[in-house]
Amino acid sequence: MNMRKFKRRINRIIPNGRQLVIGVPFIWLFLFFMLPFFIVLKISFAEADVAIPPYTEIYTFAEQKLQLLLNLGNYAMLGDDELYIAAYLGSLKMAFISTVLCLLIGYPMAYAIASARKELQTVLVLLIMMPTWTAILIRVYAWMGILSNNGLLNGFLMSMGLIDEPLQILNTNLAVYIGVVYSYLPFMILPLYANLVKHDNSLLEAASDLGSSTFNSFWKITIPLSKNGIIAGCMLVFIPVVGEFVIPELLGGPETLMIGKVLWQEFFNNRDWPVASALAVVMLAILIVPIILFNRSQAKEMEGKE
Amino acid sequence: MKALGKKLAGKTLLALSMAGMMAGAVHADDKVLHVYNWSDYIAPDTVAKFEKETGIKVVYDVFDSNETLEAKLLAGKSGYDIVVPSNNFLAKQIKAGVYQELDKSRLPNWKNLDEDLLKAVGDASDQGNKHAFPYMWGSIGIGYNPAKVKAALGIDKIDSWDVVFKPENIEKLKSCGVSFLDAPTEMIPAALHYLGKPTNSKDKADLKAAEDLFLKIRPSVAYFHSSKYISDLANGNICVAVGYSGDLEQSKTRAQEAGDKVKLAYSIPKEGAGTFYDMVAIPKDAENVEAAYKFMNYLLQPEVMAEITNAVRFPNGNKAATPLVDKEITSDPSIYPSADVKKQLYAISDLDAATLRLITRSWTKIKSGR
Repeated sequence: MNMRKFKRRINRIIPNGRQLVIGVPFIWLFLFFMLPFFIVLKISFAEADVAIPPYTEIYTFAEQKLQLLLNLGNYAMLGDDELYIAAYLGSLKMAFISTVLCLLIGYPMAYAIASARKELQTVLVLLIMMPTWTAILIRVYAWMGILSNNGLLNGFLMSMGLIDEPLQILNTNLAVYIGVVYSYLPFMILPLYANLVKHDNSLLEAASDLGSSTFNSFWKITIPLSKNGIIAGCMLVFIPVVGEFVIPELLGGPETLMIGKVLWQEFFNNRDWPVASALAVVMLAILIVPIILFNRSQAKEMEGKE
Repeated sequence: MKALGKKLAGKTLLALSMAGMMAGAVHADDKVLHVYNWSDYIAPDTVAKFEKETGIKVVYDVFDSNETLEAKLLAGKSGYDIVVPSNNFLAKQIKAGVYQELDKSRLPNWKNLDEDLLKAVGDASDQGNKHAFPYMWGSIGIGYNPAKVKAALGIDKIDSWDVVFKPENIEKLKSCGVSFLDAPTEMIPAALHYLGKPTNSKDKADLKAAEDLFLKIRPSVAYFHSSKYISDLANGNICVAVGYSGDLEQSKTRAQEAGDKVKLAYSIPKEGAGTFYDMVAIPKDAENVEAAYKFMNYLLQPEVMAEITNAVRFPNGNKAATPLVDKEITSDPSIYPSADVKKQLYAISDLDAATLRLITRSWTKIKSGR
C-alpha cells in the first residue's frame, strides 16, 4: 500500500513520455530564445562603461539589500533621435516591398510546380532548394560580381550596345532588393507549394462545369484556399528581412538605412552595448505582431489537416 | 600496380596524419597559439617559419576593423593570445583592463625597436610602452588610378586633399568612382585637419564643420568601406580611394599581378595625413602567455620584420630592420615618407564616449543623409 503510494508520487514528479516529448521544444525555446532575450533585456537597462564587459551591472547586493538599478535612458534616447525611427521604418519598408516582390514572383512559381506532374514536382522543388545549399555569403558575393560596374550584367548590356555607360546598380537600394528577393524566394515558394499541392482539383472542375472562367476560379477558389500558405510565406520572408544585415551591408550603398546596420554601429562604433540592446528589444517588440499572425495561420493550417 | 601503390600511400598518410592529430591533441593546450591580426598584414611564410622553429602550432585569424577586434576583447575571453589593435583603440582597451603588462626581460629583441617611434606611441596611447610594441605603421592618404584621374580632372598626380574635399573636383571623379574608409574616427580627423582645426577637437562647431564638408561631397562618393577598395581599385571598379597606405600599396601590387592593365599610385597629400600605429599586445585572459612571448620576440627580429614589410609594404617599428628592407620600398616616399612630410603627419587619438557618439552620429548622417 505504502509502496504504491510512493510509486504514484514518484510518477507524478518524473515526467512521462508524452510530457518529455512536449518538454523538449520548451526547453529548447527557453535555452535558446528566452535566456538570450533576458540577457539582452538586462543589458538594455545598463549603462555603457569602459570595462570588460563594457556595461554596468544593473543590480548590487550589499548588506543584505538587493538593489536593482534600471537605466531607462537608452530607450528614451531611441525616441530622441529620428535616426532610429527612420532606420526602423527603412527596415520595415525594405521588408514589406521585398515580401510583396517575393509573393509576386514566388506564387506563379509555386503554382506551376504544384500543377506539374508528380515526378517532376520533386525535381522542381529540389531545384528551388538547391541554391540554399551554398552559403548565403558566397551567393551575395556572386551578386556583387554580377552587378558591379565592371560586372557581368553591365558587360553584357554594353556589349549588346544597349547602354554606353555602366548602370550603377551595386551599392544602391536596388541591389539590396535584388539580393533579398533572390535569397528569400525559396522561403516564399516552399510554404506556398506545400499549400497549393493539397488543393482538391475537383473544386476547380466543378466551378468550370458551372461556367466559371479560369481566372475567376483561380481568384475565387485557389487564392482564398491558399491564404494560409501566403501568410506563412510572407512571414517567413518579412520577419528575417527586417533584421537583415549581411545583404544590405554587402550590396547596399550609403543611403541604405536599416536597423541591422544602426545596431552594428551602436555596438561597434559607439561601444554602447546597452543602446544596441535597447534597439534589439524594440525590434523584437515590433516583430511580435507578424510573429503572432504567423503562429495563428500555422495553427489554422494544422486544424485544417485534422 | 601504380594505382595500388597510390592507394596504399594514401592510407598510410591518412593513418599517419590521424596519429599526428591524436598526438597533437594531447598537447593542444600548451602548443597552440591563437593570433588575431589585420587581414593581409603578414608575410606568407612568417607563421610557418615560427611553427617550424618552435614547434608551436599557430591558429592565425584576421579582422578588417578595430571595432571587430574590440567587440571580441570587451566581451571577455576572446580566446586570442596575440592581438594587433591600432594605438587609439589600444589606449581605450588598456583603460578597460584588457591587456597584461609586458615583462620586457622575456623580450630580449625589444632593443631593436625604434626609440623615437616608441616614445611617440607611448605619449599618444600607452605611457612607458608597458603593454604593447609597434608592429607596422602607416598613413591614411589617397590611392588613385592616374590614367582615369587624368581623363576626369586633367591632372597628372594627386598631391592635395582638394581633389576629394572640393565638391567641384570630386564631382568630376564621380563617374569613375571614389571610395572613403568607413571609419569615422579616422575620416572626421582628416576633414578637421583639412579645415585647419585640431584633429582631436571636441568642439561641436568644429565637428559640424567637418560634417558639412563631407555632406557637400557625399553625393559623389561611391561607397564607404574599409577593405573593399583594395580589389576595386586594382580591377578598375573605382579610380580614387581614401585608405590605408599599405592597403593601397597592395592594391598596386595586385594590379601588377593581374596583368598590369591598371596602374596605380599612392599619395600622402601635402596638407598632411593621419597616421596609425598597429600594436602587438597580449590580452589578460590569454591562455598561452608563454607562446605569446615567444611569438612577440620572434616578431621583434629584424629579419622577420623586414620580410613582412617587403610583403605588405607598410613601414615597421623595428629600426634594426630598416637596412634589411628592399631598397625599392625604403626609397619610396609614399611608404617611407621624407622628414618634411613626416612633420605634417598627425597621430589619431583616443576619444571620450560623448565625442565618439557625436562623430558616429555625424558619420551616419553623412552616409545615409539622416
